[in-house]
Amino acid sequence: MDVTDIARWQFGIITVYHFLFVPITIGTSAIVAAFQTAWVRTGREEYLRLTKFFGKLFLINFAIGVVTGIVQEFQFGMNWSDYSRFVGDIFGAPLAIEGLLAFFLESTFLGLWIFGWGKLPRNVHAATIWMVHIGTLFSSYFILAANSWMQHPVGYKYDAATGRAELTDFWAVMFNKVQLVTFPHVVLAAYMTGGAFVMGVAAYLHLKERRQVATESDAPLYLKAVRIGAAVTLFAGLGVAISGDLQGKVMTEVQPMKMAAAEALYDTEKPASFSVFTWGTPDGKQEKFAIKVPRLLSFLATGSTSGKVQGINQLRDQYKSKYGEDPGAKYYSPGDYTPIIPVTYWSFRFMIGLGVFAAAGAALILLVTRNGGRPKGTWWPRLAIALPIATVLANSWGWLFTEMGRQPWAVFGLMTTQQAVSPGVSVFEAWVSIIALTLLYAVLAVVEFGLMWRYIKLGAPAYEEPPDHADTDDDRPLAFAY
Amino acid sequence: MELTTVWFALIAVLWIGYFTLEGFDFGVGMLLPVIARNDTERRVLYNTVGPVWDGNEVWVLVAGGATFAAFPEWYATLFSGFYLPLLLILLALIIRNLAFEYRAKKDDDTWRRNWDLSLTVGSFVPALLWGVAFANIVAGVPIDTHKEFTGTLFTLLNPYGLLGGVVTLLLFATHGAMFIALKTDGEIRHRARALSVQLGLGAAVAAVVFLVWTQAKTGSASSAVAFVLAAAALVSGIFAAWKGREGWAFVGTFVTIALSVAGLFLALFPNVMPSTTSDAFSLTTTNASATGYTLTVMTWVAAVFTPFVLLYQGWTYWVFRKRIATHHIPTTKPALETAGAR
Ligand code: HDD
Ligand code: HEM
Ligand code: HEM
Repeated sequence: MDVTDIARWQFGIITVYHFLFVPITIGTSAIVAAFQTAWVRTGREEYLRLTKFFGKLFLINFAIGVVTGIVQEFQFGMNWSDYSRFVGDIFGAPLAIEGLLAFFLESTFLGLWIFGWGKLPRNVHAATIWMVHIGTLFSSYFILAANSWMQHPVGYKYDAATGRAELTDFWAVMFNKVQLVTFPHVVLAAYMTGGAFVMGVAAYLHLKERRQVATESDAPLYLKAVRIGAAVTLFAGLGVAISGDLQGKVMTEVQPMKMAAAEALYDTEKPASFSVFTWGTPDGKQEKFAIKVPRLLSFLATGSTSGKVQGINQLRDQYKSKYGEDPGAKYYSPGDYTPIIPVTYWSFRFMIGLGVFAAAGAALILLVTRNGGRPKGTWWPRLAIALPIATVLANSWGWLFTEMGRQPWAVFGLMTTQQAVSPGVSVFEAWVSIIALTLLYAVLAVVEFGLMWRYIKLGAPAYEEPPDHADTDDDRPLAFAY
Repeated sequence: MELTTVWFALIAVLWIGYFTLEGFDFGVGMLLPVIARNDTERRVLYNTVGPVWDGNEVWVLVAGGATFAAFPEWYATLFSGFYLPLLLILLALIIRNLAFEYRAKKDDDTWRRNWDLSLTVGSFVPALLWGVAFANIVAGVPIDTHKEFTGTLFTLLNPYGLLGGVVTLLLFATHGAMFIALKTDGEIRHRARALSVQLGLGAAVAAVVFLVWTQAKTGSASSAVAFVLAAAALVSGIFAAWKGREGWAFVGTFVTIALSVAGLFLALFPNVMPSTTSDAFSLTTTNASATGYTLTVMTWVAAVFTPFVLLYQGWTYWVFRKRIATHHIPTTKPALETAGAR
């Protein structure tokens, strides 16, 4: 493997890993903030217990999100220095703004939230976790604006003298049409994930409580959390589907090859059908068996059931005449300008399939748990436990699809992945980096899942009245300490 | 003033923010095994920086992002060139951050010992390597006509670079000791104060040699002023610590670090990364910068939002201004017992 291959593997591993935790952070911070607000408003014990319990899980998750994020910030300079030189004028700005607007907000207010119990007035304390959530949204906006620019460069000019892309219109980058559909899709997918996380954890505990013959059972408490989580998953899921549909149309317009690759559509069709499942020859070029929904692809891509969807073969000729011979052929495409078709085909289906599964599961759970009471059966809590995993995987597949489908380009139409890599980094250094990070991340995964599992099993803490912030006794122990 | 100069100054400010703030929490981490004698005392130390370390760390993320945006060539050459030291810093920051978040989450001695070790090592490594990196930036490294670093790891491990590392290490340790003396009460406070004087004297010797050497290498009149003032601040800080004036002592090391970093940037200007291969290949504020338009946009963003950041970060320090002593540490192990007690 050369430096480009290693750097790519590293980017994929590190970023997918980062994004296992990010959606849980975005979604769960909002739900915890809502629980705490409900407690401040109503004073009901159950909401405080839920706040503390899910707050703890949120923090365990957040810690890993933060440390893996630090690597992201420096990775561009380390492994992709030619990329950084080429796009820094445009790409650097959202990254710097993300730090200034989002990371300071998240980290400072999280410190206030963790240590602020009993120190801040209750409503101010609840506001701090909302600030953290707003920070996650800012973070998503700016980083996605940067990513959307790579999918569809706008607001720039190519300067032949300096050999780089230069910013000409900041607002065009901020309101890139790809960004406008990507941001809602990703954030709603994160809410979906956070909702499913709350639902799954609570369902596990609900089941556990039901099995104990306790006098004072917490089953109703967890049931409530299950229903709240399920509702969030379902409604966010609907939003994800709507925004995903809009994304498909924008994508077809700006990167038609990606849409063709998503369907493995070799030749232009009008109208085009969408295959739910295909079994083909190993190179993916011929199908042996397929389940097809007529006209669905036309609708996804163009908004009309009879729209024309261009095929890979036709697009390849177009790209060749527009961009010349495939500059990234050596590294990526099995044919010119073509991403790896089985990967794009299946990742697209896994994303949608797992997402639809999660939303449908959430709807079903809402249905069986309606009217309060004590819903019977162990199948639905088991289903609920599977759903967070499904949503996290749907997110990963979504990114794999988006990023792999863009190949061979790093910046669509302007720079290939192969041209983006650091020329000065040696194969040895690249290996040291990927091995060290992957090993450390593997250890972190074990530690984090161990802790998470431990705290899930403990369940929601008993109710304890938080100390009053107006109590100025300097000698009382801290309400929270590391 | 040219926008490129403004951004050079802003990046200096971000690094000053990073080193003056994270500097003391690196110090607390390094001194953990030296100052704390038992578990409760270790917890006191963790809690002195508990609410603020993450906010302190963001300064370096913003410094990195701002360098990317304002001087893309600098960002690219620096981070791809100083690859292995930077990787080590990243690994150290990861284990260090998790030590804060995870140490108290399991009631188990081995678990705690491992995280304590992570905190100490994770604080020690960046405290040393940031100094090595900055000394090398100022002294210059081999850079070719394509703005690529052509040296190896060993290019960076020269006497001047290593001395720079020793200086930051000792300065941050002193700064940390001063912070602990300011933020705790009881025995820890006294121990920390005594230690801060000893460490301070060591730091002063190393820093003076380093600053004089820097001044001789690349200094300007303005950097000389900054260095002399930095040395004066350090001596006053040590004196204040010796007199038991902890607040002034901490201000002393704070100002020392700020002025030393300012002096290094002044010695560097107008270069951002001089080339030892040929002066013609040096990266400067002009040949490494982004376009005027990007710098203008960034200037607006910085002007509008930085005041808010300073306000709310200042507010956190205000909310958590009280001293912490062993009797403030709750005796029930956090969360575990309470959760299980039901
Ligand atoms: C701001 C930019 C940015 C953002 C937000 C993301 N990516 Fe990306 N991604 C890149 C910028 C990028 C890149 C630097 O441009 C890469 C490196 C090589 C390449 O072709 O594109 C890339 C490659 C890349 C690859 C390797 C593809 C290959 O084999 O070449 C994967 C699997 C991902 N990304 C996955 C993700 C995931 C899961 C993300 C969600 C957080 C994500 N990316 C966000
Ligand atoms: C490749 C690009 C990315 C970079 C450079 C990056 C950088 C970072 C950094 C440096 C942090 C740590 C901040 C801290 O210390 O508090 C972080 C955390 C975070 N990032 Fe990323 N990130 C990337 C991708 C993404 C994406 C695509 C999203 C969302 C759509 C995202 C959302 C977040 C959130 C919500 C956090 C907060 C903490 C957590 O993750 O649990 N990041 N990121
Ligand atoms: C009916 C359901 C869905 C449709 C039609 C859909 C559509 C799309 C499309 C077209 C893209 C590619 C955008 C581009 O590259 O320009 C995408 C990306 C993505 N999807 Fe989905 N999606 C659906 C469900 C989901 C679900 C359930 C999740 C996660 C819970 C999810 C998470 C993502 C993520 C994280 C990305 C990558 C980021 C992006 O470019 O937006 N999607 N989706």
